[in-house]
Amino acid sequence: MIKKILIIAILAVVGLIFFNLYKAYQGTEILNRTAAYYAKNGAGEVGAANLVTAVVVTYRGFDTLGEVTILFLAAAIISFILKFKKEDLLPARHVRVSSEILNTASQVLVPIIFMVGIYIFINGHLTPGGGFQGGAVIASGVLLMIMSNSNFSISHKLISVVESISGFAYVLIGLLGLIFAGGFLDNRVLGLGHLGDLFSAGIIPVIYTFIGLKVGAELSNILGTISHAQNEIN
Amino acid sequence: MFIAIAIVLGVASLISGYIAIHNKKLSVAIIASGLLSLFASVIFLLLAAPDVAMTEAAIGSGLTTLIFFYVLNKIRQRND
Amino acid sequence: MEYIIISTGFALILLGLWGILSQKNLIKIVLGFTVFDTGINIVIVSIGYVKGKAAPILDVINPSEAMNKIVDPVPQALVLTAIVIGLGVTALMLVYVLKLHREKNSLDINSFKDLKW
Repeated sequence: MIKKILIIAILAVVGLIFFNLYKAYQGTEILNRTAAYYAKNGAGEVGAANLVTAVVVTYRGFDTLGEVTILFLAAAIISFILKFKKEDLLPARHVRVSSEILNTASQVLVPIIFMVGIYIFINGHLTPGGGFQGGAVIASGVLLMIMSNSNFSISHKLISVVESISGFAYVLIGLLGLIFAGGFLDNRVLGLGHLGDLFSAGIIPVIYTFIGLKVGAELSNILGTISHAQNEIN
Repeated sequence: MFIAIAIVLGVASLISGYIAIHNKKLSVAIIASGLLSLFASVIFLLLAAPDVAMTEAAIGSGLTTLIFFYVLNKIRQRND
Repeated sequence: MEYIIISTGFALILLGLWGILSQKNLIKIVLGFTVFDTGINIVIVSIGYVKGKAAPILDVINPSEAMNKIVDPVPQALVLTAIVIGLGVTALMLVYVLKLHREKNSLDINSFKDLKW
């Protein structure tokens, strides 16, 4: 009984704080100073048509490096906790087979899904999209392959090689920015090009390619580990 | 007209949030949380943020729901 | 319109908090965290909204007059990161639920009182 009163009291206090915040909120008509600076100089300095990409990769590029680190840490901890030896697993014929519709449809859909994912992260600086979205789409393609084919298991060697090389190359490109251009993760290493072309905005397409591959490999690893736990005896 | 769409989406997302927390069956609750992610993705489109809408649709209502179902299946498999 | 959306976000945060504090099933607690994350992301994106302006992508909008025609791109960049990290943390919490279930064979939070005095 006292626990319920305590919960209601906590929710009432938090609700009061939110109500005060809601009363103080006013819709704006003009941008504030930081956003006005990014809007005025974003296309000229960075050369990307997508301003959110310019903010994520160049102006706040260090936060993206931190996020990639956190994802790597989460994937590593999950594989560490859920590891099992080979004799704990059921043999493959005891696992349920999937239906024929799923098998046939996945053979048509999986290459299309991979192509859409690669398109999304290559054109990250021109249209809405980027590395994280493309990586998530690639991971869902891998998930379709896992669900439709019961003998399919992700080779951990390939995933770890792709992931490590992508992460390493990302930091290396940042260091190249230190040597050849203004600072760490500066994107003026290659030329800025014409606004709206595929090969514009310096090294932003290269960075997003590596981020897309890394995020796709990590999310596929997480999904493969959790789904592999289905075959465990006990 | 946008105000009408915003009201409908707000009420729908609050209802699915309530179902996700309060329903007794776990599979219904997990699907309700995937539905909430879908409504949030449309709300992001109303707020002129297509990048965020794409990310939320791919990650929130795709991968999160699937991971929940894998874990639920494993727990039920172990129980009987 | 942004007032309606920001109050929806605040209500979702309160719903998620109530789910975390009052539910007994471990998976329901993780679902409460998911609802909480979604509410916070809605609030942050709706703070950066400017009335009547368009998305911050410069294909139709002329770059020289972009300052009067787009919404704030910085909260959208922060929420992009937050959504992906929310997925990682949810996956981690679910793996801990799996391990706890393997030890004690129950999903009720009252059966894990080993660390209480």
